[in-house]
Amino acid sequence: MNIAGIVTMSYIAATVLFILALGGLSNPETARRGNWYGIVGMTIALLATILGVVTQQYVILIVALLIGGSIGLVLARRVQMTQMPELVAILHSLVGLAAVMVGFASFMDPSAHFDGVEQTIHNIEVYLGILIGAVTFSGSVIAFGKLSARISGSPLTLPGRHLFNLGLLIAAIWFGREFVLQAAAGGGLQPLIIMTVIALIFGIHMVMAIGGADMPVVVSMLNSYSGWAAAATGFMLSNDLLIVTGALVGSSGAILSYIMCRAMNRRFLAVIAGGFGTGGGAVAAGDVADQGEVVAIEAHEAAALLANAKEIMIVPGYGMAVAQAQHIVNEITATLRTKGVNVRFGIHPVAGRMPGHMNVLLAEARVPYDIVFEMDEVNEDFPDVDVSIVIGANDIVNPSAQEEPDSPIAGMPVLEVWKGKTTIVLKRSMATGYAGVQNPLFFKENTRMLFGDAKDSLDAVFKAL
Amino acid sequence: MKIGVPKEIHEGERRVATTPDVASQLIKMGFSVAVETGAGAAASYSDAAFESAGCEIVATAAELWSQADLILKVRAPEDGEEELLRAEQTLISFLAPGQNPELLKQLTESGATAMSMDSVPRISRAQKMDALSSMANIAGYRAVIEAAQHFGRFFTGQITAAGKIPPAKVLVIGAGVAGLSAIGAAKSMGAIVRAFDTRPEVKEQVESMDGEFLMLDFDDEDGTGEGGYAKVMSDEFIAAEMALFAEQAKEVDIIITTALIPGRPAPLLVTAEMVGMMNDGSVIVDLAAETGGNCELTEADKVVQRDGVSIIGYTDLPSRLATQSSQLYATNLRHLISELCPEKDGNIVVDMEDEVIRGATVCKDGETTWPPPAPKLSAAPPQAAAPATAPPPAAAETKPSVAGPMIAVVVGALALLGLGAVAPPSFMAHFTVFVLACFVGYMVIWNVTPALHTPLMSVTNAISSIIVIGALLQISSTDTVIMWIAAATILITSINIAGGFAVTRRMLEMFRK
Repeated sequence: MNIAGIVTMSYIAATVLFILALGGLSNPETARRGNWYGIVGMTIALLATILGVVTQQYVILIVALLIGGSIGLVLARRVQMTQMPELVAILHSLVGLAAVMVGFASFMDPSAHFDGVEQTIHNIEVYLGILIGAVTFSGSVIAFGKLSARISGSPLTLPGRHLFNLGLLIAAIWFGREFVLQAAAGGGLQPLIIMTVIALIFGIHMVMAIGGADMPVVVSMLNSYSGWAAAATGFMLSNDLLIVTGALVGSSGAILSYIMCRAMNRRFLAVIAGGFGTGGGAVAAGDVADQGEVVAIEAHEAAALLANAKEIMIVPGYGMAVAQAQHIVNEITATLRTKGVNVRFGIHPVAGRMPGHMNVLLAEARVPYDIVFEMDEVNEDFPDVDVSIVIGANDIVNPSAQEEPDSPIAGMPVLEVWKGKTTIVLKRSMATGYAGVQNPLFFKENTRMLFGDAKDSLDAVFKAL
Repeated sequence: MKIGVPKEIHEGERRVATTPDVASQLIKMGFSVAVETGAGAAASYSDAAFESAGCEIVATAAELWSQADLILKVRAPEDGEEELLRAEQTLISFLAPGQNPELLKQLTESGATAMSMDSVPRISRAQKMDALSSMANIAGYRAVIEAAQHFGRFFTGQITAAGKIPPAKVLVIGAGVAGLSAIGAAKSMGAIVRAFDTRPEVKEQVESMDGEFLMLDFDDEDGTGEGGYAKVMSDEFIAAEMALFAEQAKEVDIIITTALIPGRPAPLLVTAEMVGMMNDGSVIVDLAAETGGNCELTEADKVVQRDGVSIIGYTDLPSRLATQSSQLYATNLRHLISELCPEKDGNIVVDMEDEVIRGATVCKDGETTWPPPAPKLSAAPPQAAAPATAPPPAAAETKPSVAGPMIAVVVGALALLGLGAVAPPSFMAHFTVFVLACFVGYMVIWNVTPALHTPLMSVTNAISSIIVIGALLQISSTDTVIMWIAAATILITSINIAGGFAVTRRMLEMFRK
């Protein structure tokens, strides 16, 4: 019986199931089935490998699987939906760490024998796998720290940070050459370890330099890296399943990063280079300082506005996640909908701290997904909207992105709430958004400010309704 | 500081400069408030209501003027009131300094500080203190009510068993605050409303109130003057305008005129001849009666009957809605006082550096400070320079963006060819799989709906822990170090597998129709 053939066939089945899992996400209906495809694919791959390839240490293997699996299940059950970005970031770091460990183990494995070019290529694969894995690991840990507010969200801009990064890159290449040369002679552990440290530093420094609101890009970029790390490991182990899966995940993350960058009208490299909003932003804020007066209102007045409206658009931002206001938002939505008011949600692609963050929060609060729309689907409808409610969002509803060509956020697509009849902005204070740009929306004649914690304010509005 | 609110002595004036609500807010700011007995009676605010809001009731005007540091009034002081004003006092009311030079002189000589509510500059920051607008709003509404009173028919059209009732046709001339308010009121009563204004930009505002904007077929002459008011128009324009009104006069039932040009007599818009053309029973409400009237036949403060048309020239329309207008005016005053009292400590500071306060102050320390320097208009920010500087960097960016990908493609192609030249066949097989998988991923991921981006990330995260296969391949190694590293790898990746799939499932369960 050709065991290797059966294992390969199982891997092909797993690959197909993984592709189906991703394809299922085109629609919330099929997504649940897609997730099951993924689970089945993973189970097939694991079983085939354990039964077909593993020859020893079954006990340790099973114990490790059980312990890890239980930890994972507990984490998944306990996590709050608002902490989703942190969870995803820390899970990415595990993939990165795994890539590093597999890489080292593969390097130290005495049973592998390669000759000539094959050995050089194998060593480069090991080196790349560990490099990408280490960057993913340390970057994800820092991203986790930033997202869970254990580390300050503001960008760390060291002087000459681009030169520093360049230096790290050159050092990584040089040690790569050293490693390949020494590994050919049987050594090479030392340059490999030095490179790992360099990669770890690079990952830390890269994410430290990126500010809080660019996190959607960072999270999806790390997602991409974890895929490439798996693909590099696949090359290292000559395993097509890893290569295919890694490539799927890698391109998925890359596309998400691209979508996020486009939603902010910024280049990927500019986001990764970091330090956004510290230079030009302050100047622009000064220029438009005297914009006039904001009109503050009380919760009961906001409730009266809502009660008299026919078309309501709710634009949530990170502030809603911070205040955990999604449940009360749903209750207000449900109340208004029973009164025959057409309530819709407009979601900006980069609202929140990871792609799709707002959708998940609203889904958690049981807001029906067919009234939750993307920016492009609703942006033209604002002139017909009676009341727009902006909950803890700032830059994504900033008219200066369209009106001021020299604004730091100029050209960024924004939700045009100011075209509606009235806009209610829920905000804790008049502080500027992440981009450090003053928001002329707050000074528009048809804008009303409802200051305070979003959840408290909405609770009061709900009572008044 | 003590705020004093005397009873208005102008004949027919029903408003009062504060209400119990506003007074209690002033008291919160640290002021004490004294109200002359009966001051709010005509506006339905009783002494008892003021008292329960924490105000002191003072029996006579003389006593009140002698006690208070800050006097709030509606009308300008008259009949000896101005004599009661002392040097250390501050007076806030409508003063119309342009029309009343003598009063201004008298106030200046008294040494007191006087602020005029009609001199508050019309900038967006001062909107909440703009008493002219809040009074005009009321006047526009009341004008429609007065017209309805004198008009013998319904405003709204109906088909009844007893026959068809045609809707009233209302023409509003001058679409300022009062005009727009009149349009809204008439419209909500069911009338057909048309409006005319010399400023073309108000067309949108009229249409937003559901009114029909009458366009004048004329070379684009823009009647927009300083501060959002209208200016005097050319003779040709006026001739064309009059022809339009004459034509409309034959058709409409009610004309409400609100045309004012600041500091000048009201423009004559409706001639006696046009009044003659109107149907019997029609009504004209002239909101400009105080400055001479927009209609030739208007007499101030009277209703005139001519050719079967009632011409209403009341100048006290806001006062006829005294409860509402007192409340709005008192709120305007409160906003101004809170500007004057930034510390909320019950003391006012007349800061002549502040544009709004400077504009409102007509005399201070024995010097006349009216008219103020021209206000900085906030409507036209200096943006002209910005677009001019913006394009060059954009152009500079597009140039390398053509060459950049070209270079990248060439370099990439050369690198791949070089790799292919030296790589063994096994590597090439894996590489083929890799490139194809990237394309499959690319195609599949673009179909993912943005709403599911977070589940996408968590599921791809779970799938990427397929790296566990690597550890499984290594765990059977005879080298103990490798075996334990592999075991640890299996542990952490299985956290990822279970956690990733479980949390994805949990999220997807929440998405529902």
